[in-house]
Amino acid sequence: MNATLLRMRGLVRKEIKQILRDPSAILIAFLLPVVLLVVNGFGISLDAREMKLAVVIEAPEETARGMLQALDASPYLSVQRALSRHDGEAAMVRGDVRGMLVLGEDFSQRASRPASWPAKAQLLVNATDPNTARILEGYVGGALQVWLAGVTTERRLTSAGGVALQYRDWFNAELRSADFIVPGIIAMVMTMTGTLLTALIVAREWERGTMESMLASPARMAELIAAKLGCYFALGMASMAGSVLLAIALFGLPYRGGVLPLAAAAALFLVFALGLGLFISTLARNQFVASQLAFLTTMMPAMMLSGMLFDITAMPHWLQLVTYAVPARYLVAILQTLFLAGDVWAVVLPNLAGLAVAAVLAVGATLAVTRRRLD
Amino acid sequence: MSEPGAAPFAPVSMTPSAAPAVAPVVAIETLRYVFPGTPPRVALDGVSAAIQPGAITGLVGPDGAGKTTLLRLMAGLLRPAGGRVVVLGHDMATDAAAAHPAIGYMPQRFGLYEDLSVAENLDLFADLHAMAPALRAERVARLLRFTGLAPFTARLAGQLSGGMKQKLGLACALLSRPRLLLLDEPSVGVDPASRRELWAIVTAMLEEGRADGMAVVWATAYLDEAARCASVLLLHEGRLLAQGPPAVFLAPLGGRVFRLDVAAQGRRAVARQAASHPAVLDAQVAGDALRIVLREGAVMPDASALGGIALRPVAPRFEDGFVALLAPPAGAAPPPQHTAPVAAKGRDGSTDAITVADLVRRFGTFTAVDHVSFTVRRGEIFGLLGPNGAGKSTIFRMLCGLLRPSGGQARVAGADLMRAPADARARIGYMAQRFSLYAELSVRENLRFFARVYGLGRAAQGRAIEAALADFELVDTASSVAGTLPLGLKQRLALAAALLHGPDILFLDEPTSGVDPLTRREFWTRIGALADAGVTILVTSHFMDEAEYCDRLGIVSQGRLAAVDTPAALRARVRSAELPEPTLEDAFIALVQPP
Repeated sequence: MNATLLRMRGLVRKEIKQILRDPSAILIAFLLPVVLLVVNGFGISLDAREMKLAVVIEAPEETARGMLQALDASPYLSVQRALSRHDGEAAMVRGDVRGMLVLGEDFSQRASRPASWPAKAQLLVNATDPNTARILEGYVGGALQVWLAGVTTERRLTSAGGVALQYRDWFNAELRSADFIVPGIIAMVMTMTGTLLTALIVAREWERGTMESMLASPARMAELIAAKLGCYFALGMASMAGSVLLAIALFGLPYRGGVLPLAAAAALFLVFALGLGLFISTLARNQFVASQLAFLTTMMPAMMLSGMLFDITAMPHWLQLVTYAVPARYLVAILQTLFLAGDVWAVVLPNLAGLAVAAVLAVGATLAVTRRRLD
Repeated sequence: MSEPGAAPFAPVSMTPSAAPAVAPVVAIETLRYVFPGTPPRVALDGVSAAIQPGAITGLVGPDGAGKTTLLRLMAGLLRPAGGRVVVLGHDMATDAAAAHPAIGYMPQRFGLYEDLSVAENLDLFADLHAMAPALRAERVARLLRFTGLAPFTARLAGQLSGGMKQKLGLACALLSRPRLLLLDEPSVGVDPASRRELWAIVTAMLEEGRADGMAVVWATAYLDEAARCASVLLLHEGRLLAQGPPAVFLAPLGGRVFRLDVAAQGRRAVARQAASHPAVLDAQVAGDALRIVLREGAVMPDASALGGIALRPVAPRFEDGFVALLAPPAGAAPPPQHTAPVAAKGRDGSTDAITVADLVRRFGTFTAVDHVSFTVRRGEIFGLLGPNGAGKSTIFRMLCGLLRPSGGQARVAGADLMRAPADARARIGYMAQRFSLYAELSVRENLRFFARVYGLGRAAQGRAIEAALADFELVDTASSVAGTLPLGLKQRLALAAALLHGPDILFLDEPTSGVDPLTRREFWTRIGALADAGVTILVTSHFMDEAEYCDRLGIVSQGRLAAVDTPAALRARVRSAELPEPTLEDAFIALVQPP
């Protein structure tokens, strides 16, 4: 066996033993993904279900009953009768209901005679959270459409001849926000295991003086880095695989893409994350500072700017430009596509290219700062 | 030396003229290194030296002298700002990788993987040096036997004692049979017995490697270790003060070092009196006598003129040589001492400041302090001596009221530690080993902060601070930021802060480890004056040198008090025909050894 191989064997063995014996490595690589997936996957929900809606009906009961049934049938609404506008408003002020639908005295009359259309109904919505307000408006409108369609068919009133809008929710037919968030969380987990773990491990070597020993030994810098990155790359890929399986098993996410693009994206992103972790720890050489830096430079942007939670296209234009500098965005795009849509190469390939650029930059930066010296 | 006249005598370079010219293993030429920062700090300047094969070269100097920086430059881990280091023909600035296979380097912090076992650490280093399996097995077995680590091969390095860690670090560095072995303070924090074993291992390995031209550089702050080296590089504040065999340092001291017998009481006062005599360069309490170093060319004064009984010449020590090199010219007066006398009797009328009986402290199933009993009289300097991990810090923390005892009794300044630890705390001053003041505050601000913390009234604060500034000669630096002060001044400030509230008892945690001998002398002169004024002093140390300043010592080993006595009596216990002049270290080793 030649000298390089022997040295590499020694270094790799050392890393593996350290990983196996150091609970923090296993915790970060395997327990943290579970915790993050469970907490965020179940905790962060952008779904609005069973929103409470007060309904005030001033019109005769007969028309209103069908209407109430239609509203109640929607899984997104929970209908409560209110006796008067006044009661409904009070419930809204207290926060008991999110909105109030008022059907005036002449509603049934107007609704049943096309000549007197439109029949007017008033929807009051608590718009403290504009997002939820808009969703509620949509659902109530939708429920009314359904009811109206039913009424029209029943009475065989063909004279309406209006336009019928049909909804199809692609890629996430059930509109489950977990399906949208979980791929993003996997990206976050990868960031954590990649950058945080390496930053901590390498900073610890500096802190304990073992790096000094290694640098004064015949081991070459490239060998030291290769052994370290190699082992943590394997750990990161295992962590990634675990997260994907967990997403499918626990959250019932579909996985519509192939394994190859997933592995390619994970590998490129890991190279970037590991490189960045090494870069940070080389500069900081202190576990505390390294972990702070790792968090600030990777976790925060990964959460805010990767499109994991917040739609990038809804951001101001300058901020959209900033997101191109956040490699997590490419990974999130690829993961969401692979999970929900499948191998859409038009999306996957450009994002893989973005990841490749990030990986090259991170490794280059690391090589530039890592000299075989202490100063 | 670039500043003529800065040192009392020019650095002496001793290349044995009779010996055949051998190429040095390391050649250091006008080396300069600057720590980056604002402002940049010069760590080494104008250092030229040669490390010869076949010998242990001592790299000696106090903390911050530049020892570690010089070693790192020799290991090629730092790039010099000027000059060069050539190891075995390779310029370390450009060609370090070529020299690395021939270098064994043991950094100060072990450089071991604590989560790997002893065998795995050795295996890793064998792999890094790409050693063949047969050779590896033979050398590992030999080093394990030699270091006494053979029974512990499966133990994780992190679970070894301090001495065993150092031995493992040494074994890892020796594994490849390096031509150049660089050891950064291998003996710090190690018990005296392990310290001797380390030395024995290195000398034996050097003997084996002598034919190959092996060289060893041993950095140390222990001056007694320096005396055993074949050659010494003496560093002080980044400059090479002198180099050569220890004899070169001692030669100018021939006939200038004396032992002054004094009365049993008041040795410290006599020492102060003797030190102020114009013929005396240095006067130190050494056990039951004084050690006097005369100025160059001075005529020996009468014993009575120095306040003693009899003078007799003794062999100079390395420390005397160091002091002679550093000492200021004649005429510099010793620092004034105004210390408020403390009532000779405590608040409870007892003459004992500290009484400890059957003190126990357990951490889980581990008994850190195991039925320890001793008393410290008022105005006494009492030392707790022992290696790291022996339990002295635990005793110390309990007596400071920082840690609750698991059992036994302890009274400190009349307050019962089990019942009223806060009362006890108010009557003690504490000076930590590390500089524990606020580096960003000025000297005066630090003192004001501590005065407030101790609850001094506004008027009392002002008085105490002004008195402290005057007593500790800090008036000129009162508005300087504490972090920028030199080590000696920092230490003075820390002491001033610990004494602001006029405590009855002063606790010192390894107060002068790693400090240069002059600063240490100045410090102990102050401490001696405080003790004479009635302040009780409790010191912990693993430094034998510090122990000599104590009136009585308690030797702590594995949580027990192995012996309590005066330094002279402890030495007398182990005196024998083979060991007519035992040192405290000899006494320590004999006393802690299991019967």
